[in-house]
Amino acid sequence: MAAAPETAGTGKGLIGWIDERFPLTKLWKEHVAEYYAPKNFNFWYFFGALSLVVLANQLVTGIFLTMSYKPSAAEAFASVEYIMRDVEWGWLIRYMHSTGASAFFIVVYLHMFRALLYGSHRRPRELVWIFGCLIFLLLMAEAFMGYVLPWGNMSYWGAQVIVSLFSSLPIIGGTLVEWIRGDYNIADPTLNRFFALHVAALPLALVFLVVAHIMALHEVGSNNPDGIDIKKYKDDKGRPLDGVPFHPYYTVKDTLGVAGFLMIFAAVIFFAPNFFGLFLESPNFEPANPLQTPPDITPVWYFTPFYAMLRAIPSAFGTQVWGVMVMGAAIVVLFFVPWLDRSPVRSIRYKGPIYKTMLAVFSVSFVILAVCGMKPPSGIYPILARVCTALYFAFFLLMPWYTKFDSVQPVPERVTGHA
Amino acid sequence: MSEEVDHSRRRLLTAATVGTGAIGVAFAAVPFLASWKPSARAKALGAPVEVDASKLEAGQMLKVVWRGQAVFVVRRVKGAVDQLSGHDAMLADPASDDSVQPDYIKATGAARARNPEYWVGLAVCTHLGCSPLGAFQPNDSFQVAGADLGANWPGGFYCPCHGSKYDLSGRVFKSMPAPKNLAVPPYAIAANARIVIGVDDAPKAVS
Repeated sequence: MAAAPETAGTGKGLIGWIDERFPLTKLWKEHVAEYYAPKNFNFWYFFGALSLVVLANQLVTGIFLTMSYKPSAAEAFASVEYIMRDVEWGWLIRYMHSTGASAFFIVVYLHMFRALLYGSHRRPRELVWIFGCLIFLLLMAEAFMGYVLPWGNMSYWGAQVIVSLFSSLPIIGGTLVEWIRGDYNIADPTLNRFFALHVAALPLALVFLVVAHIMALHEVGSNNPDGIDIKKYKDDKGRPLDGVPFHPYYTVKDTLGVAGFLMIFAAVIFFAPNFFGLFLESPNFEPANPLQTPPDITPVWYFTPFYAMLRAIPSAFGTQVWGVMVMGAAIVVLFFVPWLDRSPVRSIRYKGPIYKTMLAVFSVSFVILAVCGMKPPSGIYPILARVCTALYFAFFLLMPWYTKFDSVQPVPERVTGHA
Repeated sequence: MSEEVDHSRRRLLTAATVGTGAIGVAFAAVPFLASWKPSARAKALGAPVEVDASKLEAGQMLKVVWRGQAVFVVRRVKGAVDQLSGHDAMLADPASDDSVQPDYIKATGAARARNPEYWVGLAVCTHLGCSPLGAFQPNDSFQVAGADLGANWPGGFYCPCHGSKYDLSGRVFKSMPAPKNLAVPPYAIAANARIVIGVDDAPKAVS
């Protein structure tokens, strides 16, 4: 294939020189200027772009934090205090990073919910969804390891609890946990390797997966709130009639979304960086103490739905592997959603009352699970967590039946709801 | 030389090359994976620890660190020791059959201790590794802040993370998140109440 420029204008100057050696204009056109996206995107479509913005924020602030942070059990806690008090603007960089972690999960959860609303995971976008699920999985690992780094007491005990999850695996459990920790307990080697994974290995994998996620999306084209294919009707140049070029239409629209997001983001950073103990938990302002468990071990809010499921399952037959399996299954089941949904239509706009009800029940259960995971495991919360765990799985596991029997409305030929 | 490509020969050679390469990768991975195991330094720091428990009052507890893990040493009240075998029906593993302890501890039954007065066990909840709290007062349901231990509490340990309850021998109650009794490390009692954690036999006293 010749790398010859397609139009006369691009063959000249620096860009022309580069284009002969690297597909710069080609990439720009394919992924931005001539990537036709449906013209009926609503606000739910901000969250993909916002995830990229937060990722960039985490990468940049993270790199600057590593310049003052010390990944050793003896120095980590003090080095974070040093960043907060002595490093010029260090407090801002750290709060951008810690608030960014929570913001990441907010935008990713909403981004995933958008897919469930409009059937964005359905054929031919299964791989887009699977890459997305892998990103979610890596993001959880990344967030967990990042939370350990300040070496506060909640960091320490959170690591203790999560790493111990592996000890419930039969036969290899004990050895595996020792291997992960690199010691007989959570200790300096554990912190040091979590640092390496958090700042090098996982971000690299994350960026790679984000590229794969976007490439897979651009290969098949974006879904839209109507869940219909815009490539059916094209003009004489082969451009979808219901599509608009990503640039300038969506670059400008997303910029507005980013501006709105940054206003909220900045407000949290400046006025409520701990976010009432949800983004940064008070026990983590004490150094790690292997002899003293904090009164309530609760993970950061974005893990609490899964944590509630873990706690909801009692141990049986002398092992507590069941809770771990249920928690793992809650993530694994996501990967199968494209095949569980048997509805003839993609979007909730044309789906029947059963799907709408199930999605609503699922969403409420997820929020209740998040609350249960933050509360001590007594009183009504364990029962509530069990009921909501059942509802969470019912949404996915019953999906092949209820989506098949649900009534559907006729799907329009062209996208709706735009001027 | 033949112009024909011998596909079966090519396939065999490709498979052999890939196979050899895969074995090489597996061997090359060993040092990297092994580098995550506890280092020689971490192993060296796992030496036995000696505790003098004689200064404990009855009903008091001491935590010591052995191999980076907290270990409970509890001096139990006489009356509590006598009642230990009275609530077996409430326990998940009363005889400690599925739990971790040296054989000489398991043989002591409900006491789970070399000397029934001193109970030694890992302060690591068998659920997810939190450190349980001492809740030694019998029949006091509210001695741990934020938790209701329930009626007829015989005295024992309460894990604040997920609510697991253990009796004074670290034996877990039924239907708790924790599957097993608190583990008992190997230990020996030397003269008086000098407890050596991490060894099975007391070091010989120098006479």
